[in-house]
Amino acid sequence: MPETLLKVSDLHGWYGESHILHGMNFEVRKGELVTLLGRNGAGKTTTLKAIMGLLRQRKGSVAFDGTETISMAPHRIARLGVALCPEERGIFSALTVRENLHLPPVLREGGMTDAEIDRLFPRLRERWGNSGAKLSGGEQQMLAIARILRTGATLVLLDEPTEGLAPVIVQQIRDALLELKRRGLTVLLVEQNFRFASTVADRHYVVEHGQVVDQMTSDEIAANTERLEAFLGV
Amino acid sequence: MMELIGIPPQALFGQLMLGLINGSFYAMLSLGLAVIFGLLNVINFAHGAQYMLGAFAAWMLLNYLGIPYWGALVIAPILVAATGLVIERVFLRRLHDLDHLYGLLLTFGLALIFEGVMRSQYGSAGMPYGNPLPGGVNLGFMYLPWYRGWIIAASLVICLATWFVIERTKLGAYLRAATERPEIVQSFGIDVPRMITLTYAFGVGLAALAGVLAAPAYQVSPNMGSNLIIVVFAVVVIGGMGSIMGAIVTGFGLGVIEGLTKVFYPEASNTVIFVIMALVLMVRPAGLFGTAK
Amino acid sequence: MSAPTMSTSMTPALSAPAKLAVAAVVAALLVAAPFGFYPVLLMKVMCFALFACAFNLLPGYAGLLSFGHAMFFGGASYICAHTIKEMGFPPEAGILAGTAFAAALGLVAGALAIRRQGIYFAMVTLALAQMFYFFCLQAPFTNGEDGIQGVERGTLLGLVDLSDDLTLYYVVAVIFVAGVALIHRIVHSPFGQVLRAIRENEPRAISLGYSVNRYKLVAFVLSAALAGLAGSTKVLVFQLASLTDVYWTMSGEVVLMTIVGGMGTILGPAVGAAVIVMMQNYLASFGEWVLVIQGCIFVLVVSVFRRGIVGEIKAAAERRRARREG
Repeated sequence: MPETLLKVSDLHGWYGESHILHGMNFEVRKGELVTLLGRNGAGKTTTLKAIMGLLRQRKGSVAFDGTETISMAPHRIARLGVALCPEERGIFSALTVRENLHLPPVLREGGMTDAEIDRLFPRLRERWGNSGAKLSGGEQQMLAIARILRTGATLVLLDEPTEGLAPVIVQQIRDALLELKRRGLTVLLVEQNFRFASTVADRHYVVEHGQVVDQMTSDEIAANTERLEAFLGV
Repeated sequence: MMELIGIPPQALFGQLMLGLINGSFYAMLSLGLAVIFGLLNVINFAHGAQYMLGAFAAWMLLNYLGIPYWGALVIAPILVAATGLVIERVFLRRLHDLDHLYGLLLTFGLALIFEGVMRSQYGSAGMPYGNPLPGGVNLGFMYLPWYRGWIIAASLVICLATWFVIERTKLGAYLRAATERPEIVQSFGIDVPRMITLTYAFGVGLAALAGVLAAPAYQVSPNMGSNLIIVVFAVVVIGGMGSIMGAIVTGFGLGVIEGLTKVFYPEASNTVIFVIMALVLMVRPAGLFGTAK
Repeated sequence: MSAPTMSTSMTPALSAPAKLAVAAVVAALLVAAPFGFYPVLLMKVMCFALFACAFNLLPGYAGLLSFGHAMFFGGASYICAHTIKEMGFPPEAGILAGTAFAAALGLVAGALAIRRQGIYFAMVTLALAQMFYFFCLQAPFTNGEDGIQGVERGTLLGLVDLSDDLTLYYVVAVIFVAGVALIHRIVHSPFGQVLRAIRENEPRAISLGYSVNRYKLVAFVLSAALAGLAGSTKVLVFQLASLTDVYWTMSGEVVLMTIVGGMGTILGPAVGAAVIVMMQNYLASFGEWVLVIQGCIFVLVVSVFRRGIVGEIKAAAERRRARREG
């Protein structure tokens, strides 16, 4: 069994006065693709932010590759090899596709080269010189993922990559994620679309009210679609 | 050369040059304000006082340590920038999550402190600072003193160099990205808080550098900053804060307009910039080069 | 707008009996004070207190920080002084003239400034005030550096001789109380509630159909007018109008008084004014260090004591009440 890359224990988190995370417990092993499933407001995005260090008020334990990161600043966590692809995607409209892609510094070895990224995301190559503002949602998502792959990050936190995207684009995202798995990257995925999640992920944690309430395999997901539909409101 | 509407060319070009010099300072100071505002979202009211401190640092370096102008040009901005580093780290950082008007108020308080301390030590009258480049050249249509030419040339270089770093280098790209989405840039592994501190220090250093340039031209006095900064605010409102090049162009441009006003309608010369501000507000509230908000 | 607005520190209003108690204490103080302090100093405090309370309408309740209120305060003082001295107006007419001028100037300045928000609004007001300062500097009727001196206090409504300090004190006290009462009325009226709604969430107020800019403009004019009232009254006290009152440092001082006393409260600015004026009076021998001290107070209050004196007291009382009930 591969070793644990990320272990989250009793993670609590607050936005100001609001207590969002009430003790999250889960782990992700090297090379796995694990999903956090849950309704809006369950605390999935907040969990990713907490892991990345962007949630200032947090308590508990987040161990990445053996290192405790609960009190670290986000840029230090990034340098350990954690990368976040947020829901808003964060593509800078003032920069071209190429500039966006090359913006994050290459922090560690093992990142993808430009050639490899071209092969993985041919659509982006066509848009090389375009301003970031002119990309479609799907293209922005691919650019956001590609951007991280250059840096050599080993754990990728993906927040709702398929939200608002057409099915044909969702397929391309799926292919990209499977390619990441093939290359040995570890991915923690946040999704509401559990059907999509079950086609890429190994395991799924169900999150409610800032806590992990259940763990399921993809087969169990397939067997429980109706219940999940009702629960997740999708 | 021809005489324009009965005004001798000497007077016209002389005033134009003075206008360009004023414009140099407007440009440098509004550039510093724009850089600080872009990343910190704080209006650095202390900017005028820091400009004054730069001039005083040059004066003190000369009169207490015997360091002449060319040394002061390098040392004074570094000294004052260091104080800026402390200010950001100790005071401004804790206000970061609050309404940005608190930053304005804090820097206003700092301006009062700086000005009060200098005024209590050195009085309100100005002190002279020797001209390091005496003499000049007669160009026919006007006489160009070397030092004045130096001010204009130096400030152009400084402004364009700053523009280049911000708009054309990787460091500038990080700065601009952090202005838009600081969290994402942090998640790239870049120490954004430190970048913010250094950016503030840079803006302050820029103001101090302008102060050193000003010392031989105007007198060194504790009041030199506060009168200037309010005009610079008007310049910034006119130009809009969104664009670095906009700040530079507006600064130089308004200086020239002010100079021309002095030739044709002298009574209005100290209010013309404010009048333009009022007009711009009515016609294009975001400023000439500004982006909305 | 993700950052909280300036007056999120505003603590809830006092209960009715508490308010009456405060009013009674203030009334008692006002009546008794001239027997312990110099009436002229007290009148100075009251004029600045009214100025600060008037100023506070904007940042405290409408979310607009004006950095140019000196133009209303000082501008009104010039008009009042000029009408009394050069045009022979009686004191009440002079005060009215000054107040009206301030209101008109507020209308013009407000219309321009409200086109921007937040920090830009502050800078625009500062620049407009500076423009006004230069105008006053050059206009012949202000006498430039000398100012308008030797303004007669005259006889109020033909009945009350104001040349006596004590008599004038009570008149000023009445003006002050009336002004503050008016401000209180404005704040707690439906108009005031709309203002606060605008401050808390402007987009929502717009979507509810309120013409937000008109409300802001009215608040601006009211604030300017009452600041003008304070400035005109000050002319009667000191019998002079000078450039100091239109200079940007005056705008900064009223901001200082307001934040020291408490921005989101009715009486906070008055308390702040008392503190600052008294401090300036007793530290006058320190010269320029007063400026430094004011700067330090600014820095301290903005960094640590954002609620101001009255704000902190209210918050402490609120905590005690919550503890008792909880």
